[in-house]
Amino acid sequence: MGALFLRDVRLGLRAGGGALVGILFFLAVIAVVPFGVGPDLKLLSRIGAAMLWIGALLATLLGLDRLFQADRDDGSLDLLIMASDRHMLPLTILIKCLAHWTVSVLPLVIASPLLGLFMNMEAAAIGATALTLLVGTPAITLIGAVGAAVAVSLPRGGLLVSVIILPLTIPVLIFGVSASYGAVEDPAPFLAPFLILAAITLFFAVLGPIAAAAALRSSAD
Amino acid sequence: MMSHTGFVLASYGAAIIVLAALIGWIFIDQRSQRQALQELESRGVRRRSETKMDNAS
Amino acid sequence: MSDAVSKTGRWIDLANPTRFLSLAGGILPWLGGLTVLVLAIGFWMSMNAPDDYQQGSTVKIMFIHVPFAWLSMMCYTIMSVAALGTLVWRHPLADVSAKAAAPIGAVFTALALITGSLWGKPMWGTWWVWDARLISVFVLFLMYLGIIALTRAMDDPAKSAKATAILTLVGFINIPIIKFSVDWWNTLHQPASVLRMGGSTLDPSYLKPLLVMAIGFTLLFFTLHMMAMRNEIWRRRVTAMRRVAARSADRGTVS
Repeated sequence: MGALFLRDVRLGLRAGGGALVGILFFLAVIAVVPFGVGPDLKLLSRIGAAMLWIGALLATLLGLDRLFQADRDDGSLDLLIMASDRHMLPLTILIKCLAHWTVSVLPLVIASPLLGLFMNMEAAAIGATALTLLVGTPAITLIGAVGAAVAVSLPRGGLLVSVIILPLTIPVLIFGVSASYGAVEDPAPFLAPFLILAAITLFFAVLGPIAAAAALRSSAD
Repeated sequence: MMSHTGFVLASYGAAIIVLAALIGWIFIDQRSQRQALQELESRGVRRRSETKMDNAS
Repeated sequence: MSDAVSKTGRWIDLANPTRFLSLAGGILPWLGGLTVLVLAIGFWMSMNAPDDYQQGSTVKIMFIHVPFAWLSMMCYTIMSVAALGTLVWRHPLADVSAKAAAPIGAVFTALALITGSLWGKPMWGTWWVWDARLISVFVLFLMYLGIIALTRAMDDPAKSAKATAILTLVGFINIPIIKFSVDWWNTLHQPASVLRMGGSTLDPSYLKPLLVMAIGFTLLFFTLHMMAMRNEIWRRRVTAMRRVAARSADRGTVS
């Protein structure tokens, strides 16, 4: 399992710069926002957390179809499915999701405080947003694993994955943004939405790999 | 006291129009499938399962 | 061993949809007639219902809005059961049922949203509010569209059936969220929009037409669902027969 994690991380870092494109996309989305809403710093600082979350969500969705596609192309996906009597397939998928998250989403989380500065956000808001992104984005990847597994046999599955997955990620977005705002604004609580966010991530850490494993098995036979 | 008849009529109208479209689509689909089936049967095409059963009997 | 399995599988393939078709042919006229009757009675009752002292005549929107909202959830539940049927019992009709139900469910969800916003405009002063109930129903609508897109994206019905079933089951989480969103996020929700089916909060003069309309629309749903399932079975037969025809034509030219 450790070897699989290392292999996926190495492949993700090397293969065609897929991880880098996600970060660039994230940067581009955030950079476009001030042009759209105008350079009003007060407004930017108010919507900053939400914009960072939406950017991270879109950038994560963008890279999801690569989760199983590369493995399917070179045939190693079939090997992983066949080895499922030795290693549980959901566990394998969980490891793959973690590797994918480490390579293509963790850089977004690390870059988000810097972009938060561009958006004129307060220090507490930046910290809260980065923390909620750190806790919430794994849920997006794990939900996305289901979509990626369902669409893996499609020739043009990439866009379909995003469309299918987007409705399911909306709760993550809602609680992530409300927790980020809760850290800054007084009446809104921080801990409650943050804990719900963590619960969503843990819930999908169980459900996502199991459903994705079922989908992969059905697409294989 | 308050008259919102327009909204009531609009919502009932929208429901009737949309449901009529759905029912119409199902009926059109039904007719086209029936026609296709009849055309294929008149051309003497039979389903695999039917030919299998004929062979067995 | 494998021969026997495939033979029984073929037998189920043949017999079950055929039996369903003859059953549907017998039931559908009665079901359709009953639907029209109940809906007509419900319509008449709801037109004769008194105006609410607070909401005026807009209370009449409730008689269609609540059944639509209820059916949008029931349809998804039926699709989830069908998805279980596909994955666990491998019932050949379950996949047909799920595929036929998705567009009907999407239409009912859209109607619930449309009538809801037509009700919201005079009552709340706005077409749309981003509260938990509305968001979760909107998410349900998006999920219907995603499922429809997925069923139409694959050519092979057997392959798309399992993929769709898995997606449907994952999306089922949303149904309890919709159901209890009013209770869980009470602070966010406008109390005027809280509609409970419980008879205690609702006067019998509204409850009776509402129940009749709900039964009528449920019958309508089952009628349409059965017809759509029949269409889907016929569609699959047509594709199978076209394939046979193409193969025999091909063989004819070769020999």
